[in-house]
Amino acid sequence: MAVSHCLSRAATAFTAVLLFSFGSVAASHIEDQAEQFFRSGHTNNWAVLVCTSRFWFNYRHVANTLSVYRSVKRLGIPDSHIVLMLADDMACNPRNPKPATVFSHKNMELNVYGDDVEVDYRSYEVTVENFLRVLTGRIPPSTPRSKRLLSDDRSNILIYMTGHGGNGFLKFQDSEEITNIELADAFEQMWQKRRYNELLFIIDTCQGASMYERFYSPNIMALASSQVGEDSLSHQPDPAIGVHLMDRYTFYVLEFLEEINPASQTNMNDLFQVCPKSLCVSTPGHRTDLFQRDPKNVLITDFFGSVRKVEITTETINLQQDSEIMESSYKEDQMGEELMEPLKYAEQLPVAQIIHQKPKLKDWHPPGGFILGLWALIIMVFFKTYGIKHMKFIF
Amino acid sequence: MGLLSDPVRRRALARLVLRLNAPLCVLSYLAGLAWFLALAFPPLTQRTYMSENAMGSTMVEEQFAGGDRARAFARDFAAQRRKSGALPVAWLERTMRSVGLEVYAQRFSRRLPFPDETHERYMVSGTNVYGILRAPRAASTESLVLTVPCGSDSTNSQAVGLLLALAAHFRGQIYWAKDIIFLVTEHDLLGTEAWLEAYHDVNVTGMQSSPLQGRAGAIQAAVALELSSDMVTSLDVAVEGLNGQLPNLDLLNLFQTFCQKGGLLCTLQGKLQPQDWTSLDGPLQGLQMLLLMVLRQASGRPHGSHGLFLRYRVEALTLRGINSFRQYKYDLVAVGKALEGMFRKLNHLLERLHQSFFFYLLPALSRFVSIGLYMPAAGFLLLVLGLKALELWMQLHEAGVGLEEPGGSPGPSVPLPPAQGVGLASLVAPLLISQAMGLALYVLPVLGQHVAAQHFPVAEAEAVVLTLLAIYAAGLALPHNTHRVVSTQAPDRGWMALKLVALIYLALQLGCITLTNFSLGFLLAATMVPAAALAKPHGSRTLYAALLVLTSPAATLLGSLFLWRELQEAPLSLAEGWQLFLAALAQGVLEHHTYGALLFPLLSLGLYPCWLLFWNVLFWK
Repeated sequence: MAVSHCLSRAATAFTAVLLFSFGSVAASHIEDQAEQFFRSGHTNNWAVLVCTSRFWFNYRHVANTLSVYRSVKRLGIPDSHIVLMLADDMACNPRNPKPATVFSHKNMELNVYGDDVEVDYRSYEVTVENFLRVLTGRIPPSTPRSKRLLSDDRSNILIYMTGHGGNGFLKFQDSEEITNIELADAFEQMWQKRRYNELLFIIDTCQGASMYERFYSPNIMALASSQVGEDSLSHQPDPAIGVHLMDRYTFYVLEFLEEINPASQTNMNDLFQVCPKSLCVSTPGHRTDLFQRDPKNVLITDFFGSVRKVEITTETINLQQDSEIMESSYKEDQMGEELMEPLKYAEQLPVAQIIHQKPKLKDWHPPGGFILGLWALIIMVFFKTYGIKHMKFIF
Repeated sequence: MGLLSDPVRRRALARLVLRLNAPLCVLSYLAGLAWFLALAFPPLTQRTYMSENAMGSTMVEEQFAGGDRARAFARDFAAQRRKSGALPVAWLERTMRSVGLEVYAQRFSRRLPFPDETHERYMVSGTNVYGILRAPRAASTESLVLTVPCGSDSTNSQAVGLLLALAAHFRGQIYWAKDIIFLVTEHDLLGTEAWLEAYHDVNVTGMQSSPLQGRAGAIQAAVALELSSDMVTSLDVAVEGLNGQLPNLDLLNLFQTFCQKGGLLCTLQGKLQPQDWTSLDGPLQGLQMLLLMVLRQASGRPHGSHGLFLRYRVEALTLRGINSFRQYKYDLVAVGKALEGMFRKLNHLLERLHQSFFFYLLPALSRFVSIGLYMPAAGFLLLVLGLKALELWMQLHEAGVGLEEPGGSPGPSVPLPPAQGVGLASLVAPLLISQAMGLALYVLPVLGQHVAAQHFPVAEAEAVVLTLLAIYAAGLALPHNTHRVVSTQAPDRGWMALKLVALIYLALQLGCITLTNFSLGFLLAATMVPAAALAKPHGSRTLYAALLVLTSPAATLLGSLFLWRELQEAPLSLAEGWQLFLAALAQGVLEHHTYGALLFPLLSLGLYPCWLLFWNVLFWK
């Protein structure tokens, strides 16, 4: 009898242990879900899409921007959260044989202009000044809402730029340029004004990688279509329209994005693989050192779509131990409010070095041939005129 | 003392220069000729490339398929023309309107200074008809022109048919950003000149034309078309224009791109393109074509309607369809497609063509020589004149210094020796007389043609040419007469001063001519420079006289005519050559009066007086 009692107790203990383990497994499953739910810290998405070149033969830059616009809109970002800047109107250009369309695939398969394009900055309004004002928020009070980037510290912003560029600059409208330093400073201003949570910067120009070299603000991930010294090439001409329709990098990005739907779990590492050198001829590059999260944990839809996270559970979840991320960000926010100091993650500008700088010793070069020759001539003329006998007074 | 102020050192320097001068001159002249001949060879020629970004690399598919329609139009036009004898204006207006263009007509008339024997016309009056295709969605600020010149000798009816069919096709497209003007002119170049003057609201040649009613904006580019039959074996392109002006090289590159795309056979100067540039054959053929282009550019004639457009800075080409004995022929559709492609590409332009070269030479359709590479050739030739002038200057100053020393005058040194003072006065007379002869050569032939026609049994055109030759030859007798005017005190060294002035005058003129029309400047320099450098009253006068006569401007013209026909593989006999020469003289005078060609005034008012000065130097007593 004592044995059976022992056995029954052991059995209950065993079942209790099993139930407990099941429960804990179930609980940890819910906790995993919760952890995934709070994987990224953003609550809204914005997109700033800029095409900087005008003229009919730059058709492909407008098509690039419009195809990213189309993808971003399809994945959920509304027009009120998209700032679209197009420097020229290709759809209504007198040279367009198909007016009111902008095609991205030859044989006119895909019209990216569509029926409901909303261009916020058009034609001559696309200037460096307007672009920087949009980013930093220093906009005159009369600007309409559709032309503002009203992001907050929980916004993930996608910035896409395309046009003609070079080593360290991007050309706007054939008359001015924005340098990589200006762009980096603008992003720093955005960070200090708490205008973004995370930023994805994509650029499709020649030597595009030079534009993200100077970034120093945290939480920025950057992609470019070509390295310094390489040209980004265009994809395919359309013989009916007579221009190149798209650039290679954006063409393959568009194809990649067409596969994405709002529920996709594709992450950034896949985006880095888009358009290898065999297809693109140039080498696309990316920069993730300023980004806190691991790119493989970053979903494409974190930036390209506006995904509302709603999960229905029947369990109660304890957020105390699993939501360390949220807690730590809360704590840091509080700390920030108290101390009002910028957070240090990446290297800031070394201000101390700049202010208390010793003058750098320049290498001494002997005087050039021209100066030597000039002095020799002067001396020769002097002695010729006044006679060589004067030389002994000098030496 | 300094190098130039010490008389001992200066004399040494002068002796050095005088000793080295002759070999240096010879070397420089030979270097100039050698450089010119080397222009057709690879390091100096480059491949052509499209410089204009807007006309970029993308090709457009042409859709022109109106070959039958073109032929029908051509048949009708030819029939109407035969019926009316002149341009069938009403039919053209009706047809253009039916195709959908805005049609306007312009009347013009001109009385030529003397009857034109080659075209058999004297009082010319005609009508130009043009239709404007307005760009559907753009403001009419820019336009392109497709022109077909119709003359009495070449009816060009196939080209008119193609023009009308192209107009019908273009009218159905919506991608035009510039207006297109379809122009049919009467009397060839005279009609084109009348239309251009009225379009740009100027009057440079004395043409009487009615003002234009319809206008389409600044002309960006023009293509002139001449087709002799409806099947062509090759398309020949002409680029040389009035006074040696050339269109922007990008236009030629555009044409060549479409030749390659459509597989058309395109020729330059009527010759096939050399294929093999690695061995010697290609460059030699290129040299032949280069020489042909140099001769055509030097003549300063507008070789087609396009030549008149260039004066208004409108880039233009003439395309001639040639039907020769080849097996593979292209029909009007192929030519039409090439034109459609060219116009579509020109439609993409945002600014005038300005990225590519305006001064170049073409050894082949796909090769060119830029101005920076061909100018040294002319520079070397003109250096000879400079060196000779320097040598004469030194000799004159040495003579002046030499005169002083034996005299041993202790007085204040005279800056110029007295011999030179008299020399200056004796220079003025030959200069004035030579210039007066030049003026007579320019003015008298046309002015005195009626007087000459009355007294001699010749036609007016012949009278002009014969008067020209007579005055030219009369100049040869001058030196025997000028000495009566000049004081007998003219010393032995006076001819040096005259030659110095003549050398500088020649160098200035040739320099200015070479800058704008390299071919003319080079040709004249290559012939006149040795004779000018060698002319002196001592030595074998007959030899120098013969050399000088052989290199006079008229003889150069005669020689270049022979060379031109030789290069075109249709050599002339002496009699034929002389006839051609007389015709060329008449044409030269006529073109100066009708289009403003500058060859005749340059030769008669500029180079002939200069040549006479050398003739005077040669016969100095």
